[in-house]
Amino acid sequence: MRLSRVARGAGSVLATMLGLLALTFFMGRMLPNDPVIAVIGDHADQATYDMVYHQLGLDKPLTTQFLLYLGAMLRGDFGNALFTGHRVASDLARAFPATIELATIAIVIGVGLGVPLGVAAAVFRNSPIDYLARCLGLIGASAPTFWLGIMGLMVFYASLGWVAGPGRLDVSFIDSIEPHTGFLLIDALIEGDMDVFWNAVDHIILPASILAAGSMATISRLTRSFMLEQLSQEYIVTARAKGLSKWAVIRRHAFRNILVQLVTIIALAYAFLLEGAVLTETVFAWPGFGRYLTAGLLAGDMNAVLACVLIVGVIFIGLNMVADLLYTWLDPRTR
Amino acid sequence: MSGMHAWLTATETTSKRQAHLQTWYLAWLRLRANPLTLFGMAVLAGLILTAILAPWIAPAGFDDQSLTHRLLPPSAANWFGTDDLGRDIFSRLVHGARITLMIAALVAVIAAPIGLLVGTAAGYFGGWVDAVLMRINDIFLSFPGLILALGFVAALGPGIRNTIIAIALTAWPSIARLARAETLTIRHSDYIAAVRIQGASSLRIITRHIMPMCLPSVIVRITLNMAGIILTAAGLGFLGLGAQPPMPEWGAMLSAGRSHISGAWWLSTVPGIAILLTSLAFNLVGDGLRDVLDPRSGR
Repeated sequence: MRLSRVARGAGSVLATMLGLLALTFFMGRMLPNDPVIAVIGDHADQATYDMVYHQLGLDKPLTTQFLLYLGAMLRGDFGNALFTGHRVASDLARAFPATIELATIAIVIGVGLGVPLGVAAAVFRNSPIDYLARCLGLIGASAPTFWLGIMGLMVFYASLGWVAGPGRLDVSFIDSIEPHTGFLLIDALIEGDMDVFWNAVDHIILPASILAAGSMATISRLTRSFMLEQLSQEYIVTARAKGLSKWAVIRRHAFRNILVQLVTIIALAYAFLLEGAVLTETVFAWPGFGRYLTAGLLAGDMNAVLACVLIVGVIFIGLNMVADLLYTWLDPRTR
Repeated sequence: MSGMHAWLTATETTSKRQAHLQTWYLAWLRLRANPLTLFGMAVLAGLILTAILAPWIAPAGFDDQSLTHRLLPPSAANWFGTDDLGRDIFSRLVHGARITLMIAALVAVIAAPIGLLVGTAAGYFGGWVDAVLMRINDIFLSFPGLILALGFVAALGPGIRNTIIAIALTAWPSIARLARAETLTIRHSDYIAAVRIQGASSLRIITRHIMPMCLPSVIVRITLNMAGIILTAAGLGFLGLGAQPPMPEWGAMLSAGRSHISGAWWLSTVPGIAILLTSLAFNLVGDGLRDVLDPRSGR
């Protein structure tokens, strides 16, 4: 019974992945400009043109081209990024840790502030703290991330000088640390270089907080509504009638019951941070995947762009699947 | 006025028109009860008026440069200051309202019919039609909107027209999913069976009898999505992929202010507030509409 559901889930994930690949493939073919010209420039002669045309497989039928594309993607071969001169895969391997580091700290901030705020808003419904939570929720959902980023830089960096500016490290520290994992904070700790570590903290705290704003808004809003639903249940009254204290009921009964839903939305919120990262990284000159994607876009480099789009799609499908599995695993009723 | 109110709230109606107007009136009364919704509606109304009357409201054209008036702080003459080409930010902002609203309106006009058609067809026919359409839907929904739009803009090339197409392509799936869910709840109702026995074609049943029933929830969905659409459009403009200079698109204006954050704070602050207010207004109106149409979800 459970096995068949897992199998069906895997089948549907596979079908979605295949569709995803088809979508990025057609995006690449939708291009109005000639992919051959993009490689050789418009001054090459006809013979070179024909050769590259053949090398790119453009003389083969569309289905063959798609199968070749499929094969390359499955091998993790995204081709060359023309604007950096490296393989897209190795570029991404360098850029991704920077984004993961940023997004992970952001989700810690988002959950750390969002969940308590949401619980407090539900428990003290229609009190000032509830209005504060709802206000923050609305603004978090409406404010453009890139604007918040610029405002943050203006206030906390340019005016107050509380945090460091754009980038992952001060210029003098760049390349002073051996990249073991690509995560600067961890690498600095491995090397035992506390100067670099604190400099990295100084640089990451503002972009991570800005990136966290949106997920904090979503998480607190949903936590509030999940909690309200639990608190209106009769078992809460029963627990109180048994003589349990208000906070014991909230912590051990109501909150425990929303954990399943909460874990699911946190997994999805983490996935959505990737979207915010594109804009936040541009504002903060953060050398992660988002900036790589926009740099590729502005250079008109389809290999780089499609690899990024594909990877985000895969991460999204993956996190959705994780959320589904967690839900099944945590909620005894779905067993 | 009170006679009108009585006519509009009478428990027994005498004409189809009266009944029709009553539902609208009652919805309006409930909308009116929520001050936040009213605020959102006022902001949107103001924005639409600004967009229509832009050339008369703005003291200057959106590309009137004056190099002797560069980077002036806000003053009586230039309410929101001037940019690095000496253009009046207030005038550009007012003209920019047209771009923002045009993007929002066109995306809605393109995405809503597609979503409605796909969703109702999937729900009504079921079987393999449903399976295929919903699988395609899932693929589109497996992306965050901005990333998918970026992919399409990369393929189509930058510019405002392609921004609209790209965002519309990312906006229809959530509408389709909603329309399908609505269709599933009504496709086995007696009135549909009755129309079918009368010999109506599937096309007629879907367009005349199912789509109208889906409309209210689709409208709410679009209004709520509008906030996200505006943020995505501004994001594309910010990245330099949306409206191209000298168009006064808010996201692009904001981006132009990045090089002056320590000096000319107004360059980025003001367009950002405009984007925030617009998307906030759509969120508030969407929440209000949802509460009216589905009181259970109002918490």
